Amino acid sequence: METVEITCPDQVFLDKLDRELKIEPKDWMPEPYRQTLIRQISQHAHSEIVGMLPEGNWITRAPSLKRKAILLAKVQDEAGHGLYLYAAAETLGISREKMYQQLHNGKAKYSSIFNYPTLSWADIGAIGWLVDGAAIMNQVPLCRNSYGPYARAMVRICKEESFHQRQGFEILLTLSRGTPQQRAMAQDAVNRWWWPSMMMFGPPDASSPHTQQSMRWKIKRFTNDELRQKFVDICAEQATILGFSLPDPLLKWNATTGHFDFGPINWDEFNQVINGNGPCNKERLDARRKAWDDGEWVREAAEAHAAKQKTKAAAA
Amino acid sequence: MQTMPASLLPDTTIINTNARISYVLYLADNALILGHRNSEWCGHGPALEQDIALSNIALDLLGQARHLYQYAAELYNQLNPSAPVTEDHLAYLRDVRDFRNCLLAEQPNGHWGQTVLRQFFFSCWQYYFYQQLQHSNDTQLQAIAIKSLKEVTYHLRWSSEWVIRLGDGTAESKTRMQQAAADLWPYTHELFQPAAFEQEAVSAGYGVTPGSIEKDCLGRIQHIFSEATLSVPVTQPGLHSGGKTGVHTEHLGFILAEMQFLQRAYPGSEW
Ligand SMILES: [Fe+2]
Ligand SMILES: [Fe+2]
Repeated sequence: METVEITCPDQVFLDKLDRELKIEPKDWMPEPYRQTLIRQISQHAHSEIVGMLPEGNWITRAPSLKRKAILLAKVQDEAGHGLYLYAAAETLGISREKMYQQLHNGKAKYSSIFNYPTLSWADIGAIGWLVDGAAIMNQVPLCRNSYGPYARAMVRICKEESFHQRQGFEILLTLSRGTPQQRAMAQDAVNRWWWPSMMMFGPPDASSPHTQQSMRWKIKRFTNDELRQKFVDICAEQATILGFSLPDPLLKWNATTGHFDFGPINWDEFNQVINGNGPCNKERLDARRKAWDDGEWVREAAEAHAAKQKTKAAAA
Repeated sequence: MQTMPASLLPDTTIINTNARISYVLYLADNALILGHRNSEWCGHGPALEQDIALSNIALDLLGQARHLYQYAAELYNQLNPSAPVTEDHLAYLRDVRDFRNCLLAEQPNGHWGQTVLRQFFFSCWQYYFYQQLQHSNDTQLQAIAIKSLKEVTYHLRWSSEWVIRLGDGTAESKTRMQQAAADLWPYTHELFQPAAFEQEAVSAGYGVTPGSIEKDCLGRIQHIFSEATLSVPVTQPGLHSGGKTGVHTEHLGFILAEMQFLQRAYPGSEW
């Protein structure tokens, strides 16, 4: 008797993952995989555009023409990242408008780090060094994630993020060699941004329920705690070069593990910020909603004009 | 107590008595102030694509400003080698009365339509201006004009398209644009009225006769406005001028207060 091989789509999908092949928009994929990606990519896109706000704050106050140009170009890069990511999410069957809606009504999240205020010029350095630094740590493995459009977007984004990180480091280095006031300004910024940056890797593995599934789907390659440890190890060394301390009395090299030990993270604060009670949650969302609402007549007019052009072209 | 080193503040007498430096600063201030205004939009545009496009224009203008300030600093330092200045001294340590930018550049962003219209009027002027400046007998100005013209050609196209889109779009957008035109138009006249340093620049062969490009500018504006189904306001040159001699609108003081804050609060620091 002949045996008939029936390959179910689920097997094809898993087989592709195992062989490190990319899943493309037209391929069959399990619904939870699609939903996980939509949630993650849109959240990532929102983080890029909300992230423009705290730094955008300082474009008009940048202390030199060169710094002004670099900062403006950086914040503009973030808009570009948002654009790539919204486009990647759209391939999964959700519109940009719908994603904006979810951001504006609070249904979609974005990185909690952007709910902290930028109080001095040194914050621009600290954000570049720590926040873009943490972002790179999270994002480099995403260049190899299983969903093709997302992985390709991440390759472009990571190139630019490493520039941002270097620029931030360079701002802090300049401040560290500056006047006592400048050094104090920079140390204060590092103190304020350190712990929120540590939280950017998400809750500890023990309380991160989706990690195992995401790793099976090859969306995630490392756990939150693994990435966080990598980040600490790198920053602890770089802080020495900068001559700044990190605000953690328990931070200490551990020869046995070959890593830096660090103190407990205030997860209560993290949860507060995630749930809307961070220092700037309201300002950030208000700014995004305002930009969208103020732009409505512009988008309508652009559509109306395009429609008229189309009619004209058809009549011609 | 820390006192500001005397060399920090550019000597305004040197600048005011030198037509070439004044001229270069006029062009630099124009580009910086409008670039600064445009950069205020970053993160708040009506769509991501437009946010990026306007930031690009801001970056181009900032780049032009830097070339011009660097050249002005070079001219200044030849006259005053004992206390040399950089582009940043000129941008961050001069006060309102020393800035020479046209009043149009410093007008508030308002809504998106006002911003694109302000850009359109300015780019239109810059386009014809730089075309002429390409023939300057000052090789530095010539080089800056050639480089900038490529950018400005794009700014003019981009802003023209937006003026057409919004003028022709909906009833609401048309009303808004016609109002924006009425508000901004009075500030266009001063661009074509020569200041003393411009007259000197023309006689020395390195500058552009401001009035000589007015007809081309107006023609271009009329053409784009008619495509946009908007009417060009009719006003006589009046009192909405003075930027070139440092008599500004109240807006510039606030721009400078914000822009110059760090340089003023922490004098003599490296950033
Ligand atoms: Fe980014
Ligand atoms: Fe970045």
